[in-house]
Amino acid sequence: MRRFWPWVRLGAIAVTACVFLFPFFWMVSNALRRDREVFAVPPRLLPTEFQWGNFVQAWEYLPFGQFFLNSFIVAGSITAIVLVVSSLGGYAFARLHFAGRGPLFLVYLGTLMVPQAVIVIPLFLMMSWIGWLDTYQGLIVPMAFSSFGTFLMRQFFLSVPQELEDAAMIDGAAHWRILLTIFLPLALPALGLLALFTFTGQWNAFLWPLVAVNGPEHATLPLGLTLFQGQQGTQWNYMMAGATISMAPGLALTILLHRTIFKGIAVGSGFGGR
Amino acid sequence: MASRRRRGDATTAALFLAPGLLGLTLFLLLPLAASLALSFTNWQVMGETSFIGLANYRRLFTADPVFWGVLATTLAYTAEYLVLNIVLALAMAVWISSLPWGRTLFRLVFFLPTFTPLVGVALVWLLMLSPGGVIEWGFAGLGLTVPNIITDPRLALQAIVLVSLWSHFGYNMLLFGAALEAIPATYLDAAAIDGAGAWARFWKIKLPLISPSLFFGTVLTAITSLQTFDQVYALTRGGPGSSTTTLGYAIYNQGFVVYRLGYASSIAWVLFAVIMALTALQLHLQRRWVHYDA
Repeated sequence: MRRFWPWVRLGAIAVTACVFLFPFFWMVSNALRRDREVFAVPPRLLPTEFQWGNFVQAWEYLPFGQFFLNSFIVAGSITAIVLVVSSLGGYAFARLHFAGRGPLFLVYLGTLMVPQAVIVIPLFLMMSWIGWLDTYQGLIVPMAFSSFGTFLMRQFFLSVPQELEDAAMIDGAAHWRILLTIFLPLALPALGLLALFTFTGQWNAFLWPLVAVNGPEHATLPLGLTLFQGQQGTQWNYMMAGATISMAPGLALTILLHRTIFKGIAVGSGFGGR
Repeated sequence: MASRRRRGDATTAALFLAPGLLGLTLFLLLPLAASLALSFTNWQVMGETSFIGLANYRRLFTADPVFWGVLATTLAYTAEYLVLNIVLALAMAVWISSLPWGRTLFRLVFFLPTFTPLVGVALVWLLMLSPGGVIEWGFAGLGLTVPNIITDPRLALQAIVLVSLWSHFGYNMLLFGAALEAIPATYLDAAAIDGAGAWARFWKIKLPLISPSLFFGTVLTAITSLQTFDQVYALTRGGPGSSTTTLGYAIYNQGFVVYRLGYASSIAWVLFAVIMALTALQLHLQRRWVHYDA
């Protein structure tokens, strides 16, 4: 019995995992069926005929191509800004000596506590005054400054041996050159993690796009999905096709990079992405 | 040389920090202050705005017919979700770490929903939970007639809990799993030789050793669940009635549906105060149960 016990546990978790994955299966299965089969009694596990065309029709029914592009532009731009700003800030906090470094860093840490729901109303007013509502820059710029990345890069830069910096200093290199040629190449794993968590976090973000955008032109995928909800009764098969499209990049990144992600979470660096 | 270098440092630091500081000031600190200021006004999209002192807060706490319910819903949701999330994440982490094979695979399976949009996840669950949906049918097949948890005002909050758990417990599971794997095998072997059973090893050795991770996960999960919004919007729009209206949803509703931006700001500051109070409480309590000396 003792020898079999681990395998019993394995079998039980395999069954649990299958139950857990059912919503994904149900999403794809419904994305590929005719509308009238969605609420068939009894429910059909698989469609009678696979309607691959649903993805095309969902694409036409609402501009999912546009949503996908918008999500990509917004999440990608925010990620790019975060990487640059965090590298510079992290280097300053980890490697430069200046008056007020400690207190300033506490301010940075403190901003991590501010919930988005608290600042969303003034941000909306600001964007409306400068005419940035329903624009890409309005979606991107206000969301691109979280101190989390600076915090993460500082942690990483602190671990770089002082000797490397000193050697470059003796050669007369300026700080920006040291950052570019020594620190950033060493920091590629940390930058990759930061990029991954920022990108997925922004890809999934909902509240700010909901507030800052009206209409489909600049809607990101999560917002686009809820636009689906309102349309004359819910076309569940198209909606599930849309949900599948919105989840595909996150799922692909998770599966491809799971070892990196798991390591990142183990050291506590994931919380900026949530 | 060191001192000359440090004087140059200040200029470089100012340059390096400028973009981040500017951004944080404009898009975080300034809005934070503005939101407090707004909460003392009757700001609306139409009409005159005037300073009304604490009137918004007075109305919230004494006259608003739903506010106490919204606050209670948010706290009840957070308490239930937090306990279930931590217990489930810990149980699954322990279970998976005991497997002879496939640990990474199963971690991946239960983590899969975490990096997908909550709105998408909520819509899939809405389809499954809707009247006539596959879950109702499944219960009927087992001979059980259960009230529908989306349309029943007493149960709708449970649908939000369910969806949040499914999509996010995997994060803490990974956090705790990594901490469990980091425990040196010699500790557990030594305890086993001394006659400690699996149960005692869990409570007396594993749990104290992973308590920093448990604490970290608890604090962050509490902060995010107090702000719950996406799932509520996609699943129930705060209903039926106001049974699933959380503080996060109430801010959106007052601010961007009925456009009472001043009033919504006062709700936002109540939310901020709750988050700070709960975090402070957790920081205070950690001394009793978190062990940092491994």
